[in-house]
Amino acid sequence: MNAYVGTATSRVDGRAKVTGAAKYAGEFSANGLVHGFVVEASIPRGRIVRIDTDEALKVAGVLDVLTHANRPPLADKDDAWKDEVAPEGSPFRPLYDDRIKFNGQPIALVLAEEWETAKFAATLVRIDYEQDEFVTDLEAERGSANEMDKPHKPRGDAKAALAATGLRHEADYLLPTEHHNPMELFATTTVWDDGRLTVYDKTQGVQNVQKYLCSVFGKKPDEIRVLSPYVGGAFGSGLRPQYQVVLATMASLALKRSVRVVLTRQQMYGLGYRPMTIERVALGAGPDGTLDAITHEAIAMTSRYEDFSRNDTGWAEQLYKSPNTYFSHKLVDLDVATPCDMRAPGAATGVCALECAMDELAVALKLDPLELRLKCYSDRDQSEDLPYTSKQLRECYARGAEAFGWSRRDPTPRSMRDGKELVGWGMATGVWEALQMPVAVRIVLTANGHAEVSCAASDIGTGTYTIVAQVAADALGLPIENISVRLADSTLPQAPVEGGSWMAASSAHAVLAAAEDIRQELARLAKAMPDSPLADIDTHNVTLANGMIASNGKNAAAVSIADVMRHSNLERIEKEKLNEFAEDKSHARNTHSAVFAEVTVDEELGVIRVTRVVSAVAAGRILNTKTGRSQIMGSVVWGIGMALHEETQMDHRFGRIMNANIAEYHIPVNADIHDINVIFVDEPDERINKLGIKGLGEIGIVGVPAAIANAVYHATGKRIRRFPITLDKLLE
Amino acid sequence: MNNFDYSRASDVADAIRLLTADPGAKLIAGGTNLIDLMKENVERPSRLIDISRLPLRAIEETAGGGLRIGALVPNSDLAYHPFIEQRYPLLASAILAGASAQLRNMASVGGNLMQRTRCAYFYDTTTPCSKRSPGTGCSAMDGLNRNHAILGTSQFCIATNPSDMSVALAALGALVHIAGPSGQRSIALTDFHRLPGDKPHLDTNLGSGEIITAIELPPQTFVRNYSYLKIRDRLSYAFALVSVAAALELEGNAISEARLALGGVAHKPWRSLEAEAALRGKAATPDHFGHAADLLLQGATAGSHNGFKIELARRAIVRTLMQAASATPQSQAHKKIA
Repeated sequence: MNAYVGTATSRVDGRAKVTGAAKYAGEFSANGLVHGFVVEASIPRGRIVRIDTDEALKVAGVLDVLTHANRPPLADKDDAWKDEVAPEGSPFRPLYDDRIKFNGQPIALVLAEEWETAKFAATLVRIDYEQDEFVTDLEAERGSANEMDKPHKPRGDAKAALAATGLRHEADYLLPTEHHNPMELFATTTVWDDGRLTVYDKTQGVQNVQKYLCSVFGKKPDEIRVLSPYVGGAFGSGLRPQYQVVLATMASLALKRSVRVVLTRQQMYGLGYRPMTIERVALGAGPDGTLDAITHEAIAMTSRYEDFSRNDTGWAEQLYKSPNTYFSHKLVDLDVATPCDMRAPGAATGVCALECAMDELAVALKLDPLELRLKCYSDRDQSEDLPYTSKQLRECYARGAEAFGWSRRDPTPRSMRDGKELVGWGMATGVWEALQMPVAVRIVLTANGHAEVSCAASDIGTGTYTIVAQVAADALGLPIENISVRLADSTLPQAPVEGGSWMAASSAHAVLAAAEDIRQELARLAKAMPDSPLADIDTHNVTLANGMIASNGKNAAAVSIADVMRHSNLERIEKEKLNEFAEDKSHARNTHSAVFAEVTVDEELGVIRVTRVVSAVAAGRILNTKTGRSQIMGSVVWGIGMALHEETQMDHRFGRIMNANIAEYHIPVNADIHDINVIFVDEPDERINKLGIKGLGEIGIVGVPAAIANAVYHATGKRIRRFPITLDKLLE
Repeated sequence: MNNFDYSRASDVADAIRLLTADPGAKLIAGGTNLIDLMKENVERPSRLIDISRLPLRAIEETAGGGLRIGALVPNSDLAYHPFIEQRYPLLASAILAGASAQLRNMASVGGNLMQRTRCAYFYDTTTPCSKRSPGTGCSAMDGLNRNHAILGTSQFCIATNPSDMSVALAALGALVHIAGPSGQRSIALTDFHRLPGDKPHLDTNLGSGEIITAIELPPQTFVRNYSYLKIRDRLSYAFALVSVAAALELEGNAISEARLALGGVAHKPWRSLEAEAALRGKAATPDHFGHAADLLLQGATAGSHNGFKIELARRAIVRTLMQAASATPQSQAHKKIA
């Protein structure tokens, strides 16, 4: 019974959000709330020789200034600081010691009765440093890169095949460092209650933060509760606990009071980011457009203390047939903060390089770029030689091309124009993983026909509240208005961090599993009712719909759920269930997309506009076509930013980010956005999971920057391999 | 942000008195730039003198046929004022090319003239910057200078003035009316802002204790043949890489009067009487416009990353003059360069 799943259901939390009823981490309050303001390091590497807090402490209203010298006790083993998604290495510990590891590192927390007082007093903290030599420039240091464990085994002999091949394209593509810039600032409010702490935090995983805080501060699980009911965007920046939650908790423990710490926009550039990568792609092909060899070697930056790396290379294994492949991923240690996940980490950058390279190969082969993709199309994931649970990428190409009008493309660069503007059409492929994780859900059904569904998962703006309500309403046969959803409280049933595009499938199936237990229980009770019309039913063969429990098949009979519960003297039925997906290594699981972009470039001035994007996505069943479409549109906008605007600019003489604000760190504005057409390609998938869900969080951005870069080439005849594509690069 | 005192000026004379009494004081009107700079600890005024309630909000016709605009007129009100829309559309267009609707609602005309450079080093108090801390040197010179000045630079500073409005005012030949401890005076807008020289910490020629009271526009309005074109890294809400204000009087296809000013390329709006003179009496053709562009860009020098701005400026000048000549000014509302 699908009244809601697969429909354009409006967000159940939409009204709360637009009216301001939805509270975010920095909006909670408490009696006697203390305000903290962070002081950051202004050098990238060295040691604090002295912190003079005397002047700050003299300011009326200042309660304390926490530094490494006077902070409360913190765990001293690396393992205690490792959260659920920590990479290899030694995690950063705020205010732990006198060492400076990156510019923008928090080194003091000023605590005051008023936020303004804390902010002012922070300017009075004097720090003397002993600066060490440092390096922050990936390009200058690329020679010192260290190989990571390969995510994909080589196949055949790619180097020999490339040397022998008829046609070969090889180039470096540079993707700059990018910062997430979610609308909501990172913030934590702690509420102190006689030694117990309720922590409101901006995070993508409340249980991850809860375990981390207990471990770092040596607390028992029931002493710290973490909530994050609403998150104003995070995009990966909130997967790991960020330093403000440590500082706020530390301050609460030191002062035995409630504390709020909100980072400034500028300070958020001291958190994680998408690391700059240099991506070298080589493709060898025969004259017929089939690939002989693919090599993809990435060099990315990381910090000196943790090895953050994602799978940039190897996506060709999912997309293109080639007998010979070689992939490598190298890291350069720099004096910077550890990078972190950002929407489609690895793929957004790696597939960008691959898809630009494929476009260059198509030009060299004088083949239509789409035709080349179809010639190289792989029905199997070649890394493990597996079939897919489903792969409707061919259909994405076809539907996208038709909607875009691709067949009318003149392949010659600079051949299409509109007045003073050159017009270019480009395309690219997108691919992402369809992951699913264990999630537990609790459902409480009450006799009044209302159900509360709860789970520790976060809704980071993606629509988790809504899809959980949809799935529950369908499974329990109730109108969606009768479902209330509670999320993002560490005391609720277990959920991993919300990321990797896995939460939709994972939470939906947990709801199904818990609802199944409710259904069984109701069937058992209905059967046991005196003179029950359902006395003879098979409890596995009943349906919940319209507030009734009904037997299926011929001679169907039904009883109202309210009657069943009344007869059983039950006010509520509560079921909690952990859903785990059976391990199945027989198939690969991926989502795919085909992205088509039109750009116009002012021939004299180089001004670029992305006038049309068609994104055709195959991602299994779409739970909610409205929130799903929004998610893909947002991803396309971000892809436009990746292509044309976004770049964290660092001055390597100072090891310092110089555009740490959203005036100078450019993302697209409304004027940069034109027509975006999202197409969901039908992709039935009975193997991947019961509902056939794959997740949409990331797939929408993958391929977009490459499609735009390829369109810019088609418009201008200029191949820009250093992103973002700004107009100066076209004028050079 | 530092702690500061706050006074509300009761009239212009009071503002001057307060300003003279406290050398560390700053005037505040809309605050759209000053508050930002205070948050970054770039500006640390000892006192803010609030002039926002002074009676400087009138837009009046002058006896000579021009217009006098009070210093506290909000940018939005000015851009949408019928006199400006109808008589000085170049100015309306330039204002609407700047900032966002919200900022333009707050920002005053006088404050717009006083806004400071957006150079990243000026904003970052941990780096050397002679504009912020005289004598410390220019970090942009060998640093990130992709959007820095190509004209009128000095070895001490290569910052640009970020204003769009000022570029149009320079082209229109506006006057700045100033009141100060020794009375009132007026100076041409083109003399209001300074080149950096060896005193880059001084943006303008406003003396100590002086306050802008009004802007005066001369009678010549350039209603038909004008355009303001702003080239930037995204299509709205970014500072100019190059902007051009162009205004022409045409008799047939012959130019009888020309005005041309550049933004985003120097420490002040950049105007050259020589370039304008070269256009007078000439036909409105791309060649003549290109020649004028060369004259206007005479002496342009590039740093390590901003060389592209010289050619971009040249092309933008020609395009803007073509837009002006054909009476098809650049729209600030359309998502497209015309």
